[in-house]
Amino acid sequence: MTIPNIVGAGLIVIGAGLGIGKIGGSAMDAIARQPEASGKIQTAMLIAAALIEGIGFAALFAA
Amino acid sequence: MITTFSFAKEEKHEGEGDIKTEIKEYINHHLLDSHDFSLTSYTNGAGEHKYIGFPLPVILWDNGLKIFSSSKFHHGESVAEVNGEYYTLFHNKVYKTDAAGTINLDDDHHPTNIKPIDFSITKNVFTIFLVGLLMFVMFSRMAKKYKTGSIPRGMGRFLEPIILYIRDDIAVPNIGEKKYKRYMPYLLTVFFFIWIINLLGLTPLGVNVTNNIAVTLALALITYFLTTFTANKNYWGHIFWMPGVPTPMKIILAPIELLGTIIKPFSLMIRLYANITAGHIVLMSIIGLMFIFKNWIGSSLSFGLAFALSLLELLVAALQAYIFTMLSALYFGSAVEEHHEDH
Repeated sequence: MTIPNIVGAGLIVIGAGLGIGKIGGSAMDAIARQPEASGKIQTAMLIAAALIEGIGFAALFAA
Repeated sequence: MITTFSFAKEEKHEGEGDIKTEIKEYINHHLLDSHDFSLTSYTNGAGEHKYIGFPLPVILWDNGLKIFSSSKFHHGESVAEVNGEYYTLFHNKVYKTDAAGTINLDDDHHPTNIKPIDFSITKNVFTIFLVGLLMFVMFSRMAKKYKTGSIPRGMGRFLEPIILYIRDDIAVPNIGEKKYKRYMPYLLTVFFFIWIINLLGLTPLGVNVTNNIAVTLALALITYFLTTFTANKNYWGHIFWMPGVPTPMKIILAPIELLGTIIKPFSLMIRLYANITAGHIVLMSIIGLMFIFKNWIGSSLSFGLAFALSLLELLVAALQAYIFTMLSALYFGSAVEEHHEDH
């Protein structure tokens, strides 16, 4: 592994972490507002998180 | 985990040797497929390596079918002779060689020896067969019990809520009330297959099938083919001639949408593979840390961490199976969606 690779991997992790964190936080807000819709919100949250994760991993492999 | 333990103990007895590189090698070895099913190994008093486990059949196509037991390789320590041809293991791959077992390396350390086509029942293939058999026996027995009464008994009590969850919360909302039944067998099979095989990966058996990219590729390809071949006119219409956008945009969107159909299963493949691989590497590294610290604070801390991570991996095993099923259902849903007037 060279230094640009490591820096790139770090940037990817920061980006993916921020993205998934934002999704998680928004889902928490949404559940707090409407606890009865928590099931649906969780499903949507997991799908969105999985999509970001997929792109993150693809980028990690490229780095 | 037990294999790591015994391995590291062995290292301690020898005293010398760089533990860090040994652990790294051990992790790399764990991530690879192998031609025999060995649980653990130790060095006996006489100084020879003993392996606990059993060999698996090696099936090669090299000017005719060659079938022999992997015990002939003696865990890569010797050359296997079959009908006058010699084969050897190099980084767990079978190469043709001479009686002395010579491996010719090129400049990039890749062997230049002839590589026969390998159809062997390796550890991964064996585990897949085992899980297939297990699922067949388990679910056919469960199905039989439902014929005598509608109240689930035994395993059914535990699994019925999960199956109902997949039907009512994954299949029906994503695929639709009318079409979901066609996809239920696949969704249930893929969910339980990934789940069971991920859980097996966390046992001391040391199998990890879903961190082989070929396995996840096969799973993703099935989803891709199912989506492609069951898709209706509406799905293709949205790919090649997106309704509701101006004509120049339609021409730009068509290749992007077409590429999207390939990226979807590709991301399915990478996600499952990378999650399980990353989990295994982190878990094994932290277990390895126990033997690097060699004092009671560090070792017990990393033991606690390894325990917590194992619990997390239990969650990840189920979560990845859920996400794979969920996204497959989503793609099937987009393939069979009926035309809506409102967009």
